[in-house]
Amino acid sequence: MALDDQFYREYILDHYKNPRNFGRLDGADISHEEYNPLCGDLVGMDFRMQDGVIEDVRFHGRGCAISQASASLMTERLKGMRVEDARMISKEDVLDELGIEISPARLKCALLSLKVLKVGAYGLAGEEDDD
Amino acid sequence: MSTLRSEIRTSAPYDVEAIRNDFPFFDTGIAYLDSANTSQRPRQVLEAMEEYFTQYNSNIHRAVYRTSMQATERYDETRRKVREFINASSVKEIIFTRNVTDSINLVAYSWGRQNVREGDLIVLTVMEHHSNIVPWQILAQEKGARVAYVDIDDEGELRLDQFHDLLEQGPKLVAFAHVSNTLGTINPCRELTAAAHAAGAIVLIDGAQGVQHVGVDVQEVGCDFYGFTGHKILGPTGVGVLYGRRELLQAMPPFLGGRDMIKAVFLDHTDYAGLPEKFEAGTPAIAEVIGLGAAIDYLREVGLEAVRAHELDLTEYAVEALSEIEGLRIFGPPGLRRSGVVSFEIEGIHPHDLATILDRHDVCIRAGHNCAMPLMHRLDVPATARASFFVYNTREEIDRLLVGLHDAKRIFS
Repeated sequence: MALDDQFYREYILDHYKNPRNFGRLDGADISHEEYNPLCGDLVGMDFRMQDGVIEDVRFHGRGCAISQASASLMTERLKGMRVEDARMISKEDVLDELGIEISPARLKCALLSLKVLKVGAYGLAGEEDDD
Repeated sequence: MSTLRSEIRTSAPYDVEAIRNDFPFFDTGIAYLDSANTSQRPRQVLEAMEEYFTQYNSNIHRAVYRTSMQATERYDETRRKVREFINASSVKEIIFTRNVTDSINLVAYSWGRQNVREGDLIVLTVMEHHSNIVPWQILAQEKGARVAYVDIDDEGELRLDQFHDLLEQGPKLVAFAHVSNTLGTINPCRELTAAAHAAGAIVLIDGAQGVQHVGVDVQEVGCDFYGFTGHKILGPTGVGVLYGRRELLQAMPPFLGGRDMIKAVFLDHTDYAGLPEKFEAGTPAIAEVIGLGAAIDYLREVGLEAVRAHELDLTEYAVEALSEIEGLRIFGPPGLRRSGVVSFEIEGIHPHDLATILDRHDVCIRAGHNCAMPLMHRLDVPATARASFFVYNTREEIDRLLVGLHDAKRIFS
């Protein structure tokens, strides 16, 4: 079906099958995991920080192509980014980067990595996120 | 057991097309393989509810005019139907709730608060739905009680050796699913109940996946509590049932306070109503209860044995066909020890992705943790895909599932 090919675009499948920055990070400054309460999918991230910059980041977890590709894409974006810039990453940014139409039922999959970032990294900065 | 099935199979032919004609939903052309989640409803149920709304809509147990008496009569009629359906000894043992979650919480709050004390043991199993775990965890936390879980074996059946070991510790309560919503495992209710009773425990059975597929005779099983829900048995959402043994219900304090559960209210105290009203505070889901009555009528007319035989046929067909897909793993026990539930995973494709692709093929399956996260952890999977069957499903729908799965494999190859 053409629609499915559209939905599971090559690069999504590529990030799913060959996740970037996958694994654990020795000497991480921040480690945080979140479960998707609806499906039990897991995404965790380890961050190493240097002078307000995300020096290195890796993710681990298991879940669907959407949640894992989203996390993989997220780590590529985060590497070398200033924390205050990372804080600006919005839901729309994440969805734009995925570049596919996400149904409401799958939104939580797509945004799980953002939740890890927000609660994990911003939490360190002492801020709470209401989402 | 295999003779049982051949006997069923030689009885009158099962007219699935006639049954499907009773379900307006199938006009959509969707292959619906998610009845363990919620079932479709036949016209008979919708009409019974519409008749209430349009012809005798009124509150029950209150007004003196005839319409209200008619509503009361139809409401109470369902209670009689439920009593017969599960063979309770009295209608006083049938409490209408919102769903199984509500039924279990009623027991946890009312019976549990009164009877569970510090250090007491509550025995559950790893295959439970969250609604048969969380209320007990809350109770245990409040009371300082302990919760222990019976594990499953490699085929997805309860470890009876462990069950008996736990019974030796003299648990206060044993609660388990009649049928696992993920594995399809049919638990030996009578045997488990007898053993638990011998150890002095009270027994609650979560019948959400059992009553409509394998049926229950609560007196024969001997359990103290049994819960089931309307929306999984061809009835509407918003109505469930708690069966409780009369002596227990009589001794229990009310769960919720309000209208209908009182005999008389004074400023300084209240005299509570008798059974079953003591546990039915507030205006209930009247149309839904009436709809539940129609659903039970429908199921009984098809016949639970015929339903079971039909589901076995579909399950066997599905298991055989799914087994041929490379990289596909099926969870749960073999053959007759399984209800019409087939959970599986395909290597390299997350169940969510399977369900999304199947959705594009107009095939509905459940994908996720099936509200059984501890079981997912036990099986060491993040989630499963689950196809489940009921009275109206066909082999053709399973064929459509297979087409969708092959498409998913192609996309993810």
